[in-house]
Amino acid sequence: MSQPEKLQGGAMGGVEDLYREVILDHFKAPKNRGVLPTANAHAEGVNPLCGDQISMTALIENDEVKDVKFAGHGCAISQSAASMLTQAVKGKPLSVVRQITQAYKTLLGLGNSEGAPPPEALGDLISLEGVKKYPVRIKCALLSCNTLLQGIEDFLNKRGGRP
Amino acid sequence: MNTFDPKLIRKDFPIFERTINGKPIVYLDSAATTQKPEAVIEALASFYRRTNANIHRGVYALAEEATDLYEGTRARMARFIHSPTSHNIIFTRNTTESINLVAHSWGRKFLKKDDEILLTDLEHHANFVPWYLLSKDKQGMPRHSVPLTKDHRLDMDAFKKMLTPQVKLVAVTGMSNVLGTITPLKEIIRIAHANHSLVLVDGAQSVPHLQTDVVDLDCDFLAFSAHKMLGPTGVGVLWVRPEILEQMDPFLGGGEMISTVQMDDITWADLPYKFEAGTPNFADVAAFSKALDYLEKLGMDAIRSHEKGLVRYALKRLSELPDIVLYGPSDPELQGGAISFNHKIVHAHDVGTILSEQGVCIRVGHHCAQPLMKALGVSSTARASFYIYNTEEDVDALVKALGRVDQVFGLTGAKRK
Repeated sequence: MSQPEKLQGGAMGGVEDLYREVILDHFKAPKNRGVLPTANAHAEGVNPLCGDQISMTALIENDEVKDVKFAGHGCAISQSAASMLTQAVKGKPLSVVRQITQAYKTLLGLGNSEGAPPPEALGDLISLEGVKKYPVRIKCALLSCNTLLQGIEDFLNKRGGRP
Repeated sequence: MNTFDPKLIRKDFPIFERTINGKPIVYLDSAATTQKPEAVIEALASFYRRTNANIHRGVYALAEEATDLYEGTRARMARFIHSPTSHNIIFTRNTTESINLVAHSWGRKFLKKDDEILLTDLEHHANFVPWYLLSKDKQGMPRHSVPLTKDHRLDMDAFKKMLTPQVKLVAVTGMSNVLGTITPLKEIIRIAHANHSLVLVDGAQSVPHLQTDVVDLDCDFLAFSAHKMLGPTGVGVLWVRPEILEQMDPFLGGGEMISTVQMDDITWADLPYKFEAGTPNFADVAAFSKALDYLEKLGMDAIRSHEKGLVRYALKRLSELPDIVLYGPSDPELQGGAISFNHKIVHAHDVGTILSEQGVCIRVGHHCAQPLMKALGVSSTARASFYIYNTEEDVDALVKALGRVDQVFGLTGAKRK
């Protein structure tokens, strides 16, 4: 009787493929952790799978993410992703932030890569590529990304007029 | 079978012939769903191969045979839970539907705005959300939740205080799906009845693991699922005290549940058919009886004693790990075959993923019990749960795989002695 060989985690590489050193580094010493007191954009996100919550706060000026922080707790994937994301988008124009988040989703096997910026823009986020082999964990990797996009969306709706 | 030998039992479960990443399956998630013995799988396949016909209608041999198998499981179920009658046993899709049926057919009819429902912090969302919805329907009818003691048992003193004359229903689990905490059902039911409150037991975890006698228990409603006790998915059971069931309104309307239908004049079918609208899941119900046979052959007391031994061993092994925090009573006498824990540094999700690489299947997350997570002050836990086919070697594999968690996260050496 033949059995499907490809299971969660895959036969090759093992979990080290997922938990790369740079991910663990961000998990142990996260960047941009906390709540930004001067924020004008914020959103809360929940991962229904595990109940983990994240809050993203950002200061947007002249259509640029001047500063951004994340708070909350969660698994190594969600926490390191949040740390890497804030690092990647800090100081970037909103149009570039959108490109980065799109490229990140493509990296995780979602969406298409048309018009995506070169992978360098992703920074450390590129190390989360291994998550795509763990379908149930993609939500963890996307929690901060979707929450930040929601915060930006709410900010733009409130402000009126888009870049 | 004279002696309880999980190694022999495993041979009856085809899934254990499989490997994952070249490793044998260490299945520690039976609280979510159990594996199925060959006898159940064969009964299900055989039903479709040899018997398949819709029940209760056809006058031909196949239909009569199918009806006999379906009704046979109902009678078999009555014996299993020691119910003197079987017309008060209703087949649903799962425990959740069974509880929703009670909320809809009994709760809507008999509860009023000023009545109260008493829940506990141990409840699964299945025994939480239906009462929330009912409360909304009843202009915010109050619901309260009995807290836990420090060692994660039900706080019976609080229960007694909270059981006011307004409480018309106590809805309580027989065993926590997260902590394994076994609740003192008999005592709860005795006290509740003295207060003229009815008691619904969520037996999703208790019925598969503990001897259940509805007469001795004296509960009013008992809900549980086939798939957590070796049976097929898609079959739930609801036992209701007959005199209560007779007064309840229908749940779903449709075929099968009526006696006569005219445009403005409908009479309901007799029990239990009044509550089984539409074509039921007869193939799975038919196969379910083989699961009951299997469990009874082993003996529910022997199953409990086996799981007690496993929990004792697992608690000992896990408590030796410095980075592991255990939740629950940590007493095999008060705890069924489930243990919740967390790693002090590594999130339950990461633990689950790393264990999976080692072929160890556990459940991580909030286990559909967010009020309990809040009471424990965590957002998630890792849970290992046991059944008849688990061995001490499975526990050893779990402990070894937890060592791998430390390795992947670079916590070996200084962190672990």
